[in-house]
Amino acid sequence: MLTLVLLLLPLISSAITLLFRGSTAKYFALLSAISNLIITVLAYFVFINTDLKGEETQNIFVFNHEWISSPKINFHIAMDGISYLMVFLTNLLLPLIILSGFKREINRSHIFYSLILFMQFALLGVFVSFDGILYYLFWELALIPIYFISLNWGDKNRVSVTIKFFIYTLAGSLLMLFGFICLYWYNPTHSFDWNDLTKFQVLSTHQGLIFWLFFVAYAIKIPIIPFHTWQPNTYQSAPTQGTMLLSGIMLKMGTYSLIRWLLPIVPTAVTEWTPLAIALCVAGIVYASVIAIMQTDLKKLLAYSSIAHVGLIAAGIFAWNIQGIQGSLIQMLAHGINVIGLFYCADIIFNRTQSNNINGLGGIRLTAPKFATYFLIIILGSIALPLTNGFIGEFLLLYGLFEYNTWLAIFGGLTIILGAVYMLRMYQKVALGNSLDANMKFEDVKGTEEIVLLTICILIFAFGVFPKPTLELVEPIAQFITDKAILK
Amino acid sequence: MNTLIYTACLGLFCMLAEIFNLRKWIIPTVVLGLAVIFSLNLNDWNHPSSHYNDMLRVDNFSVAFSGLALLICTFLFMLSSDFYRSEENQKHISDYMAILVFVLCGALMMVSFGNLVMLFLGIETLSISLYVMAGSNRNDLRSNEAGFKYFLLGAFTSGFLLFGIALIYGASNSFNLQDIYTYVSSNGNNISPLFIVGMLLMIFAMLFKISAAPFHFWAPDVYEGSPALVTAFMSTLVKIAAFAAFYRLISNCFLFTLQKAELILTVSCIATLFIGNLTALVQDNFKRLLAFSGISHAGYMLLAIISLQSNTDSVLFYYATGYALSSIAAFAVVIAVIGITNSEKINSLNGLGKKNPILATLLTMAMLSLAGIPPFAGFFGKYFIFSEALRNGYSYLVLIAIINSIIGVYYYLKPVMAMYGGAANQDEIKLPISYSLVLWTCVILSLLLGIFPDLFVTLL
Repeated sequence: MLTLVLLLLPLISSAITLLFRGSTAKYFALLSAISNLIITVLAYFVFINTDLKGEETQNIFVFNHEWISSPKINFHIAMDGISYLMVFLTNLLLPLIILSGFKREINRSHIFYSLILFMQFALLGVFVSFDGILYYLFWELALIPIYFISLNWGDKNRVSVTIKFFIYTLAGSLLMLFGFICLYWYNPTHSFDWNDLTKFQVLSTHQGLIFWLFFVAYAIKIPIIPFHTWQPNTYQSAPTQGTMLLSGIMLKMGTYSLIRWLLPIVPTAVTEWTPLAIALCVAGIVYASVIAIMQTDLKKLLAYSSIAHVGLIAAGIFAWNIQGIQGSLIQMLAHGINVIGLFYCADIIFNRTQSNNINGLGGIRLTAPKFATYFLIIILGSIALPLTNGFIGEFLLLYGLFEYNTWLAIFGGLTIILGAVYMLRMYQKVALGNSLDANMKFEDVKGTEEIVLLTICILIFAFGVFPKPTLELVEPIAQFITDKAILK
Repeated sequence: MNTLIYTACLGLFCMLAEIFNLRKWIIPTVVLGLAVIFSLNLNDWNHPSSHYNDMLRVDNFSVAFSGLALLICTFLFMLSSDFYRSEENQKHISDYMAILVFVLCGALMMVSFGNLVMLFLGIETLSISLYVMAGSNRNDLRSNEAGFKYFLLGAFTSGFLLFGIALIYGASNSFNLQDIYTYVSSNGNNISPLFIVGMLLMIFAMLFKISAAPFHFWAPDVYEGSPALVTAFMSTLVKIAAFAAFYRLISNCFLFTLQKAELILTVSCIATLFIGNLTALVQDNFKRLLAFSGISHAGYMLLAIISLQSNTDSVLFYYATGYALSSIAAFAVVIAVIGITNSEKINSLNGLGKKNPILATLLTMAMLSLAGIPPFAGFFGKYFIFSEALRNGYSYLVLIAIINSIIGVYYYLKPVMAMYGGAANQDEIKLPISYSLVLWTCVILSLLLGIFPDLFVTLL
């Protein structure tokens, strides 16, 4: 039931937001997002005291109701460790994302905030669904608000960029639908339920087909090369809040789904195809990092750095050992926090200088020391300095990858070196040195801007210094997924 | 049976209204009458009966599809009052309305026939009325072309249909569905070749009526040339009636001999999907785009017919309902926009998202439903069809259908992109109240169907 409350609150708020006009809408949206965050945090204390062992246990988080009788689809939502982590990530980032729009002039803001809250509803739905088709519905539903956010509030290239994004992701998800229907008929109990799907073994001749149908869908969403071409343009032309939603939460749908829906359901095929999948991920890390070094556009640089980071997360998942899975989950949380901080900084810079060109900027530190400090902390988090949140995740991921194969770990480890290269060089050009334009006065951050950046910086250190609760949270389910690997 | 008789009476009323100078009352009466007949129709639910020596057979299938046809017509007649408001049209209003009601009569016969002769009568009643209506815009060259083209090709197809019926009669000595079924099931492997040829000819004729490739060439020109309201009738009512008749024919007569025609149906299904979707990609005329979208939807419904199983009828019914609701919503906008801007181009919608956001949202929802995106009825329609087809082992056909769904998204989003992305033009677009009503009802019904599909799927 608690899950249902968490899920429905954004939906109801999204409808109510439409009734407001002017600035009331954004305050209401913020109120809704914060109350959902509070419920989530309170739920944590219920969560750690609830006995989640035994898949059939009826606990306060499970809500299972028959929805469609034939073919049988249940409205089955529940939470385990990874679901809770993703729900927490979503609800943690939403207030920050909403707050980051407070200083901007947004046309028809009631529709804008309504779409953001609707997006929150769909994303939460993806993370708590335990029925395949229900999960699929939320997966597609998440596409609609982000499409309209980008189409209505994006920059001048928005029309062609968003249609590419939409068709790309929809193509992947339709293949996944095909995979689910196949699973339904292969499965002797004829069910889409996750518990049923993980229990029975699909014939190994059928597993390959299902693997590829699912893999393409997730590879597009994550994105893993060569399915990434929609991503840099979309990040560039979407409004900042849209980019934050996309990079902070939506691409986690892909990595989350790898753990939830791919590994435990078709283990044999995963083992068979892992070398190729990991190779793609690691190649993506190197490729995206090299491109990021060459970028002069700040938003594009961040987009490519994001490809590199999630490539490592996906590689860690495919390594399929407890360190890899745990590391990927920690890193999903860390990357979500860091990347929205980075995009917010880029947005602040663009708003004051009307430029995204790294070579045309400089000397921000001279007039805006506070901003420069926050920016540096977020960058350090993103290049995984010890004591920041990025470190523990990347360490575990590389450890997991090393267990799988030494050479892959070496290439994967390049992400740390190359990441430091492009991030620090970018910081040097943007924030240090002398201002290229002597008349430009870069105003320092204050008010809501500072609240957002400060919160992000606190979170970066908090999760970096105390990773233990998060690790304990995800351990049982990571163990469950890893056991599947040993059983294969 | 009562449904059919009452509807015919409504048609006669329209003709008589001219004499008694009741023109103003025609459309309200028809809309009200159809709503009453719709509720009377529900009385036949779970009361199967047969009439006129088994010419008409009322069962749950026919009641469901009659209800759908009546609902579609109620919506479309609500749109017609504004569509025919010009003085020139008002002169002929009773003719137009009467003929359109007779289209519905034909459709009702087609969904409840128990005898091949009745099928032919239904198809002819429907088609002849449509030939007239397609050319009803007398001063427009393209409307004349549409009527003429439709008539020539349609008449030719009627010949095929009749020839097929004659051959089947020759083989089985009966026009009655029950007798033909008995003949097929009792003769096993010994079925006369005449019967097979007859079946193929009838299938060709039906493929023409549902505008499946390669018999689809008439559809885009006729849809584009006809007045927009008539196009809406063709692509919703007529297509669904034809599909219901096709399904009834196959499930009652040809079930055992279908594998002889399976290759033909499969090829036609694949061709329909690809031709419909690929050609729609390059259209910039909204009406023509909807015509090709109708062709591609015929492809999906053909997939349901190929994978014919015990509960395919409810799947087909669900799909048809979802398709009809979203198409009517799209047509309501098209008709309104054509009336105001005098342009059928998609770019006449430019900037609608800013000028009339509610209308834009509703049209967007209709397009998303047609594209098969959840949570609208269009998604579950496709999902059920894919699921049934996969269960019966047609995985390659489902894969082709999925590829086509991906292609389809592009052109269904074209109007959406125009509304939100294009630069605004000057014309103010405001909908008459009846249009808003139809639009809202259709979109809300489509959403409800998408959220509670169980209400419908367990119906038949």
